[in-house]
Amino acid sequence: MLKEGTFRNPSGCAVVGVIDRSGGLMSGEGMIEAIEVMHDRSNGLGGGFAGYGIYPHYKDFYAFHLFYDGKKAQTETEEFICRHFEIVYSSEIQTRKVAGVTDEPLIFRYFLAPLPQKLSRSHLDEREYVARCVNRINAQIDGAYVFSSGKNMGIFKGVGYPEDVGRFYRLEEYAGYAWTCHGRYPTNTPGWWGGSHPFGLLDFSVVHNGEISSYDANRRYIEMFGYKCTLHTDTEVITYIIDYLVRRRGLTLEETAHVIAASFWSTIAGKEESAREQETLLRRMFPSLLVTGPFSIILGYTGGLMALGDRLKLRSTVCAEKGDLAYISSEESAIRRIQPSLDRVFAPAGGEPVIYELYDKGGLA
Amino acid sequence: MVIHAAGMHYKALNDAVRRCGGDVVIEGCIGQRYLGTALEGRRLTVNGTPGNALGAYLNGGVIRVNGNVQEATGDTMNAGEICVAGSAGDATGYAMRGGRIFIEGDAGYRCGIHIKAYQDNKPAIVIGGRAGSFLGEYHAGGIIIVLGLGAGDGPIVGNFCGTGMHGGEIYLRGTSLPPRLPAQVRAERTTLSDEAAALVTDWCERFGHDARELLDAPYLRLTPDDHNPYRRMYVAN
Repeated sequence: MLKEGTFRNPSGCAVVGVIDRSGGLMSGEGMIEAIEVMHDRSNGLGGGFAGYGIYPHYKDFYAFHLFYDGKKAQTETEEFICRHFEIVYSSEIQTRKVAGVTDEPLIFRYFLAPLPQKLSRSHLDEREYVARCVNRINAQIDGAYVFSSGKNMGIFKGVGYPEDVGRFYRLEEYAGYAWTCHGRYPTNTPGWWGGSHPFGLLDFSVVHNGEISSYDANRRYIEMFGYKCTLHTDTEVITYIIDYLVRRRGLTLEETAHVIAASFWSTIAGKEESAREQETLLRRMFPSLLVTGPFSIILGYTGGLMALGDRLKLRSTVCAEKGDLAYISSEESAIRRIQPSLDRVFAPAGGEPVIYELYDKGGLA
Repeated sequence: MVIHAAGMHYKALNDAVRRCGGDVVIEGCIGQRYLGTALEGRRLTVNGTPGNALGAYLNGGVIRVNGNVQEATGDTMNAGEICVAGSAGDATGYAMRGGRIFIEGDAGYRCGIHIKAYQDNKPAIVIGGRAGSFLGEYHAGGIIIVLGLGAGDGPIVGNFCGTGMHGGEIYLRGTSLPPRLPAQVRAERTTLSDEAAALVTDWCERFGHDARELLDAPYLRLTPDDHNPYRRMYVAN
């Protein structure tokens, strides 16, 4: 079977996300209803969801979601996991038969704690240790793919229309304070389960509409820091860029946005002094992480969502608010489907990040 | 005839609009695309949020939307009118060749990109609020007016207004130059021409605003800098 990586992967796609800033929990139903409105932006070759706050009973453990092609890959992976982690709980992820979702791989979930001795001998920060284990499984074990690896969050994705994928994973049974969703329209790809969005590493997840033209420049740079772009898709590299800048270099999300979607030099030149100096510094420090070409993404992370589009705004994004709820979507109609009356609707400018966070994480009311 | 659109696929909804020979009201519209495509000699009223490419190739029909519209409204329209009691997404009036679009609120990026005029066909877009970047990009003919109501102290258009413009005109209410205006675009302080004033009056009528203040205000008129502002830019001419 052909997988991502065999082909280049341009795509159309739809994205939508919601967060209850007061921390209230929602099932995955709303996202399924919203993405269904944008059905025609996808072509049935991929859909997926990320839910945050969905594993409160295991919130201190890394939740790994894995695809396996077969039992051999599973055995090999579980041996690897046992050498590096304590398995607190593991099970097959519960799914239901849905007409539009076929040829599913084996899908398993593990709640993991790094083995203390192994971790201390590695001289790595805990999250770096986990990220490297994820990279090793994905790059070195044939037929195994970790598609979710954060704490108290989970990614659910597959091949099919997103509404079918959501029902396949029984998302009505999960409750989270934030969700993102993606419907995929890959035009030159075989469409493999692992290649669907969201892409995730630790608690970061990215859903993406567009096709970036800087993929190889970004990939060459980011692979110098130990990331393995195994799938050759642009969304994977965006996820790693965000992980590198935020987790490893300690940039804020706004600073990260100014690296990825930097303004034109002429635009920066017209800004007031402090912004001009900061944006100039960021462009000079990370020129190879500038992402060009059309994109509109939603980044999910513990406690928040960020919308970001390319500086030319070659893909649409709409943000909306209703009380504690905040929405991000490719199309306003998807938001209206689940929230007909809104307090505020606006389209962020290209390159302008919009960040919605839980109030107790510092997000403003 | 009234059509309730909830749960309908865009194809079924468009078929229903086409089958009905007369004026149509769509209730509960939610993201259905291509509504009113090439509509001629009829009125279509949309309550809700229509999908992309509303009124594409519109050919004399009249569309009124009570709500916001999404991307590519009036794509390549020939004639007729689209009136939006709300805001518009990106690429509104993409490559329009005639007809009029009235937006009560804001317009997104690339509004009026590549609009053009020929003989009696002269497209017009009037935006009540602000417009995003690349307003009137590759503008080749016709008229765009931005009133900037509710825009506050900031600029009423985004960056790079009129990039690649080589025909037509853009009126911006106020006297401050838009940010990063391309060198090939000339701006002059003026008042509305008779044609522009008639469009602003029509806009006010549709959305119930008082025209006097808008008609008396100062405007900037943007036009291409001379008959060939792009000399030696692309070829050694």
